[in-house]
Amino acid sequence: MGIFNFINDQLLKMVWLSKLVKYLVENVFGLSVKGRIGGSIHFFIYDTIKIFILLSILIFIVSYIQSYFPPEKTKKILGHIKGIKGNIFGALLGTITPFCSCSSIPLFIGFTSAGLPIGVTFSFLISSPLVDLASFLLLMSFFGPKIAIAYVVVGLVLAVIGGTLIDKMNLEGYVEGYVREIENVDIEVPEMTRKERMDYAKDQVKEIIGRVWLYILIGVGIGATIHNWIPQNVIEKIIGSDNPFAVILATIVGVPMYADIFGTLPIAEALFMKGVGVGTILSFMMAVTALSLPSMIMLSKVVKPKLLGIFVSIVTLGIIIIGYLFNAISYLFI
Amino acid sequence: MIIKILGSGCANCKKLEENTKKAVEELGIGAEIQKVEDFKEIMKYGVMRTPALVVDEKVKSFGKVLTVEEVKNILKG
Repeated sequence: MGIFNFINDQLLKMVWLSKLVKYLVENVFGLSVKGRIGGSIHFFIYDTIKIFILLSILIFIVSYIQSYFPPEKTKKILGHIKGIKGNIFGALLGTITPFCSCSSIPLFIGFTSAGLPIGVTFSFLISSPLVDLASFLLLMSFFGPKIAIAYVVVGLVLAVIGGTLIDKMNLEGYVEGYVREIENVDIEVPEMTRKERMDYAKDQVKEIIGRVWLYILIGVGIGATIHNWIPQNVIEKIIGSDNPFAVILATIVGVPMYADIFGTLPIAEALFMKGVGVGTILSFMMAVTALSLPSMIMLSKVVKPKLLGIFVSIVTLGIIIIGYLFNAISYLFI
Repeated sequence: MIIKILGSGCANCKKLEENTKKAVEELGIGAEIQKVEDFKEIMKYGVMRTPALVVDEKVKSFGKVLTVEEVKNILKG
């Protein structure tokens, strides 16, 4: 346990960085970190540096691993698996296949033209933005192993159940006609050398940081504001355990938002410190990452409104159920 | 030589197009560069990640913004 605690505290939570920033705030700025201004400055500097360090390292490692699982390969693997197993593998492969919402259209068309049931594709599309190794380790850093593991498990379950429901509802006819006309073409994916994988991982770090840095700063800014400026009782009234609609509110606010988990973490962290329920926080993070306006607009180019509506409803409902469930059993996590 | 850039007009696709134009210029070869933005056409090549570079109907690279040097190496064969 000793080594595990050390890794979690110093490498993931970066307790040393927190102390260093505290020293800086107290001795250079001359502000107490217990005060409002000092506290927000500490939160902002510490969280920003922590997230950028973790993010760069994690994206590098994760991208290196992901380079072994290109979507072209995933498509071939999934083509051979039938039934609910297909949904399970779809959800699992979603966690390790490199994915960004900008490539969801070719991915959707590729999977569909290869004859995959749409439910399997949706299992993949739900788990892909929601769960990956980087988000798991980041959650571990912010909330500890229990919540991180719980998040991954419920994320995968949501992906499997969501996809299976879509399969059962026989919605194949609600895929845009032109998608069906496209013939499946399997392409040879050239084996990458180690150097190519390293280069790929480096490029990914640059690209992803370039894409998300602003969201992270906004997220940390909101987090610092919640942490130090909004009184506890206001937060409790809006999304605290006294409000029975807290989970629904957190989900509905989160759905249209476009940010990935890295931007939402500081907000979630601040809410967590203010005593907001674990379930409410998980719902918010899942809603932000799994669904967003841009990804819905993308998907609307390949599926008809009815299927899109059902997909969004199932995922939203699932996230709300997860939220209430976790709030009910939250004593297990704190 | 016909070079096609596959991609739906994202920033990366434009970057690859620029780099390809430069590579063609620097090599001084006569090549026609076409942009393919329609997903129906793109998917015919089996590509699931854009941007992709197609030379004389053969997919040379996909899911990557090649540098000018890399494009040159591909064009030289």
